[in-house]
Amino acid sequence: MRRVLQYVALVAYVVFLAFPLLWLLSTALKTPQEMALTEPTWIPREPTLANFGDAFGEQDLVGAALRSLVVALFASVITVLISLPAAYAMARYRGLLNKVAIGWVLVSQVFPFILIIIPLFMILRDLDLVNTLPGLVVVHVTFTLPFALWMLQGYVRAVPRELEEAAAVDGAGRLRSIASVVAPLLAPGVVATLLFSFISSWNEFMFALVVLQNPDVMTLPLTLVRFTGPEGVARLGPLAAASLMATIPSLIFFAIIQRRLKSGLMAGAVKG
Amino acid sequence: MTATVTRPAPPRGPRRARRPGISRQTREMWVLMLPALVPVLLFSVGPLLYGIGLAFTDARNTRVHQTEFVGLENFTRLLTDAEFWSSFQIGAIWAVSVTVLQFLAALGLALLLNEKLRFSGLARVLSVVPWAMPPVVIGLMWKLVYHPDAGMLNDLLGTHINWLADFSLALPAIIVVGIWAGMPQTTVVLLAGLQNVPKELYEAGEMDGAGTWRRFWSITLPQLRPVIVAITSLDFVWNINQFGLVYVLTQGGPGGRTRLPMLFAYEEAFRYRMAGYASMLGLAMAIVVLAVLGLYLWRQMREAK
Repeated sequence: MRRVLQYVALVAYVVFLAFPLLWLLSTALKTPQEMALTEPTWIPREPTLANFGDAFGEQDLVGAALRSLVVALFASVITVLISLPAAYAMARYRGLLNKVAIGWVLVSQVFPFILIIIPLFMILRDLDLVNTLPGLVVVHVTFTLPFALWMLQGYVRAVPRELEEAAAVDGAGRLRSIASVVAPLLAPGVVATLLFSFISSWNEFMFALVVLQNPDVMTLPLTLVRFTGPEGVARLGPLAAASLMATIPSLIFFAIIQRRLKSGLMAGAVKG
Repeated sequence: MTATVTRPAPPRGPRRARRPGISRQTREMWVLMLPALVPVLLFSVGPLLYGIGLAFTDARNTRVHQTEFVGLENFTRLLTDAEFWSSFQIGAIWAVSVTVLQFLAALGLALLLNEKLRFSGLARVLSVVPWAMPPVVIGLMWKLVYHPDAGMLNDLLGTHINWLADFSLALPAIIVVGIWAGMPQTTVVLLAGLQNVPKELYEAGEMDGAGTWRRFWSITLPQLRPVIVAITSLDFVWNINQFGLVYVLTQGGPGGRTRLPMLFAYEEAFRYRMAGYASMLGLAMAIVVLAVLGLYLWRQMREAK
């Protein structure tokens, strides 16, 4: 009896979680004619991939995706490059600066974005970086940095200090020992942080909304939102198709880290 | 140059390094920290302090405006602004109900997933999917679900309701989306917590004749407590600062019924260009959040003792 109830509950969860997704998929596969029916159908009668093709032609979505890609690539690479040395310092030397850095990581979670984005917007405007992709890269780097730092220093801490010291005893210089001993062990962590930063930037909406006001430079999330004009239901198909395509990078990311997600990252974060 | 590079780094404990004035270690640390420190100071700490300062001025978000110090004028205006209070109230309802319902739903799912039922693999994967989706796509997807003509929900219920434009239904509708979007993180964290509860405790409980319900109240919940406190605090902060999801769904409408404080501040700052006033609003919200969080954590800590 208890098992039965448990299964009923599990099914309810699956339904709640899955149905919006299935509806998105179903909408993406419908023809405009079918979308216009007064009684929406659950399973498309004539599934079509035309919406995916149409999405490419709409509102410069390809251009927006390319801009998102460029911003995310630059933001993630820069984030990792500048946070790697700092993460190493945080993990290896414990000092006041280290405590301040951790404090900042926590504080940055609490403060509402509006308090930072107004002055930041003014600074970017004075630097003529509003409506430019470098401006958005700067903002994304700054706001991914705390969490990237947090992730990376955890990975550095996981590399035993003794290994480095052993290399030093064997006569390897400091940089050499870091390059040949620490770097290979750190590589998976660096990749994970890189992916995390990439996805944060790719998905980011709020800062992009403030920094990029000119439609010609908008990133993918902004362009998708502009898509939902008052034009009625005919364009919902391409919109759904474009939304699905915008999710692909994140899905790949989660497919990669899925296994480590449950045990590694989160367990560590909770245990503190 | 080569000398410093090839010199073997002696193994040093933190105690030994503290002795000589500004040690090489401290210098090294600063050099390593610098690349990250500069952008953080320039684009994060600096703007934050600047923003707090702006809250006490009549700054306008335009190029030509003489900014003057006005003291607490923005604050008194905030206190008498009916629109702010209604936004604040909506924000409070939103943040509390999403956080609580999200937690209850996630706890239920985590307990089920921990039972190792069949097909729980499917639920496990599904429970992570909302996490993997860009917030904008989540918003657009639910817009399709709630769509008055082509939406799934009206078809399912046989109704013709424009959910997101209805004065009394819009807020509950976006709360459901908030729960859907935030459940994954909470579930994953709670599940990790559940798996860390020592099995021996349950065995001992069973031997003492404690039933399922009793074991849940006396073993699972107390053991999970630190995890629960941590994740609900984080969820609350994230929810009260929510912007993107609701902006996509309703832009704060209809008639401001879903205008969360952050949407209100955004409008003030970037539509009406009232930078000083919006900053004060942000500052006030930060103080409220810190106060609520402080009270919550303090109570939890006292009860834990």
